[in-house]
Amino acid sequence: MASRRHFIKQSSLAAAGTMMIPAFLKAFEAQALSPDDKILVVIQLSGGNDGLNTVIPYRNDIYYRERQTIAIAANDALKISDELALNPAMEKFRRLYDDGLVSIVNSVGYPNPDRSHFRSMDIWHTASNSDEYLTTGWLGRYLDSQCNGICQSHQAIELDDTLSLALKGHHVKALALQAPKKLYQAVHSPVYENIAKYGKPAEDSHENVAYLYKTMAETISSADYIYQKSGIKNSYTDYPDSPFAKRLKTVAELINGGAQTRVYYVSLSGFDTHVRQNQQQTRLLTEYSEAVYAFMQHLKSMGKQQHVAVLTFSEFGRRLAQNASNGTDHGAANCLFLIGASLKKTGVFNPAPDLNNLDNGDLKYQIDFRSIYTNLVQDWLKADIAAVLGRNFEPIRLV
Amino acid sequence: MPSNQQHIQHLYLRAGFGLQPEQLPAALQMPIQKHVEAIFSDSKSYQPINLLNDNELKVIKLLFTDKEERKELVMDALNRGRELNLLWMRQMAESKAGLREKMTLFWHGHFATRTLNAFFAQLQNNLIREKALGKFGDLLMSISKDPAMLQFLNNQQNKKNSPNENFAREVMELFTLGRGNYTETDIKEAARAFTGWGFNQQGEFVFRQFFHDTDLKTFMGKRGNWGGEDIIRMILDKRETAIFIIRKIYRYFVNDTPDEGIIGELANSFYESEYEIGKLMQQIFTADWFYSPKNIGSRIKAPVEYITQFRRQFGLQFEPENALLFIQKLLGQVVFYPPNVAGWAEGKNWIDSSTLMVRTLLPFSIMREIELPVEAKDDGDVNTEFLAQRNFRKLKATANWDALSKIASGSSEKEILEQLAAYLLQNKLSDANKQLILKNTPTTNREAAVQFISLSLASLPEYQLC
Repeated sequence: MASRRHFIKQSSLAAAGTMMIPAFLKAFEAQALSPDDKILVVIQLSGGNDGLNTVIPYRNDIYYRERQTIAIAANDALKISDELALNPAMEKFRRLYDDGLVSIVNSVGYPNPDRSHFRSMDIWHTASNSDEYLTTGWLGRYLDSQCNGICQSHQAIELDDTLSLALKGHHVKALALQAPKKLYQAVHSPVYENIAKYGKPAEDSHENVAYLYKTMAETISSADYIYQKSGIKNSYTDYPDSPFAKRLKTVAELINGGAQTRVYYVSLSGFDTHVRQNQQQTRLLTEYSEAVYAFMQHLKSMGKQQHVAVLTFSEFGRRLAQNASNGTDHGAANCLFLIGASLKKTGVFNPAPDLNNLDNGDLKYQIDFRSIYTNLVQDWLKADIAAVLGRNFEPIRLV
Repeated sequence: MPSNQQHIQHLYLRAGFGLQPEQLPAALQMPIQKHVEAIFSDSKSYQPINLLNDNELKVIKLLFTDKEERKELVMDALNRGRELNLLWMRQMAESKAGLREKMTLFWHGHFATRTLNAFFAQLQNNLIREKALGKFGDLLMSISKDPAMLQFLNNQQNKKNSPNENFAREVMELFTLGRGNYTETDIKEAARAFTGWGFNQQGEFVFRQFFHDTDLKTFMGKRGNWGGEDIIRMILDKRETAIFIIRKIYRYFVNDTPDEGIIGELANSFYESEYEIGKLMQQIFTADWFYSPKNIGSRIKAPVEYITQFRRQFGLQFEPENALLFIQKLLGQVVFYPPNVAGWAEGKNWIDSSTLMVRTLLPFSIMREIELPVEAKDDGDVNTEFLAQRNFRKLKATANWDALSKIASGSSEKEILEQLAAYLLQNKLSDANKQLILKNTPTTNREAAVQFISLSLASLPEYQLC
């Protein structure tokens, strides 16, 4: 009978919770970001971006030998060092690079790389070993570690309608929203709002019922809070017209509004370029580079460039040798970008990949991605790395 | 205390996908014991999925054809994979052998496999269906020789001179013993024993003697010239295997919070019975503790359970049926596309702000043709792009309102609400919720009231539990 009483206690608490929405909002305000709090924006390039045609080894004969029809000609590439150049589609990104806002990290990966999209993405999301299966993501566990009594989903936001594994913790999961207004309207549609605001679990229902009511109540108050924060506009509007750019613009607006969100997650998909790669990749890298450029200018206009770090990754790189369809197949290690005005080292962080020393035709990793996560969690978000990664990786000092 | 009706529904929701409204009146007249017998007898026979017959082996050629033909075959395989998904979803909703289909879903998540080859997917699914209630050892042995599994866990590449440990590792970590009950040496030695296990173009198991490592191996401290069958036998000899499987079954069929006392007892009898799955399930469904209040209405429905129960309870027909792929994707469980070899994470893992919103809005959306305010994520893989297709957003289905009307025979709206709540929910409805629904219920006619009340109940958090 003890457990029965426990259920009752749990559910009446949650029932009270649904009536306390203004109190929730107050609690949010009390925990607003302090001026020193740093913000992390993660950009996921889904599908496996071809790093070798993004950061091009334009003096390497092996690169040109293995990619007869898809290699980027040295004359077209945007040179950034004696060895490396950016894809011609990244003109705007190069400006950020020239402004000292970019760090390019080569050969990032993990031991025993998996070449399947969903598995490799899983590994990047959960920060697991390649033979280990976790049900929570690294940013979700970061949220868990920030949960001092009040767990708040909107401390991390994914700019999408559905939530990625990276942002699911044991106790807290991030808030998924494609646009603040869209979520606001959805939670205020009659069915959702009625249940979230006036619905209540019966006294002797199972504790999971209370948990679901609590989730709904939190979603509606988070949606209200975020919608309110997104309404504080500033004048910067010079974004390209793409869904990806729109999402980054939303991030900038929320930062401008002072939302107490520490992590934003945005994806750009379509990088699985098995066929006619260059056409597709040009389009995507243009979209990426122009949107990120606009985002950084927007941050600059509000004096926030120092407070934001943007991580760009993809689940794997692609094979050195092109395939017969003018595309590339799934590979292993890849380059990764960090963008921001508070980087410890800008430019090209480490040597270009060694094309003489491959693993089954794929680049070998030199830097474990979890060393980068460690740096970001510990030194940028100032959270307990043991709670987030559960083990030690020597951080590399990007921020 | 849960009522007799809740007890009977509990059994059918856990041992299958729930009672249809037409079955309810007669079901209420029968004692639990009789229901358990009926459930097992209904699952004696079953229907294999027959989308692709034995003569239609085209997709198998995938691995062996030239580029252009291959492209066509891949497209074909993707289409067939979609159809296969929908066919199984339909079978779960309509089959009389509910227990067998439920066990198939459970083992499908346990032996989680992905393959682009729809024929392999169908073969494995039917294999699981056939052995789902037999001996676990038989199921394990067949799965270990199944082409989709051999392909997925790279055993086709497991050869004497270059062993691939993928299958050997997962068979112990995820399928039988669980972490901590074997060593890295055991994995290496087991991988050697599985060398040469592969499949041919027809999707048949082949033992390729010339790839097999015939030297002595030491597995779990025992030295011998072991083959794959010996490894599986030795794994089954370990009690840890019974405990590992039972804990997973308990958390799936009984309660997500494990009860170590009950798990220990069940594991003992499971082990002593030489892993008889049917017997085990019978023991669970006839145990008093299975019907204890803390278990009834405690399970967060997995998306496929949610969809399937919904279809059965409302007699839903989706037009087009493709919408079901989109719903599976939004809610995070697409059959034949498990997230990884560890299968789907259950319980609260199903719930976040987005999935709960979709579940909340779905019932009225599909019946009133209101567009869901969500799009599916494109995960970047060209092979699964179709799941994110936008044109599925407009969802449309018809329901069998007559059947629901019959169980809601009351004359007042309040009575109708009580009757429908007793059928659709395994947790009690609070007075606040009753008032909320009744306040908005149309009083124009009975049919409108039944529809509104049913859809309202299906939108509640309580409906997410069974």
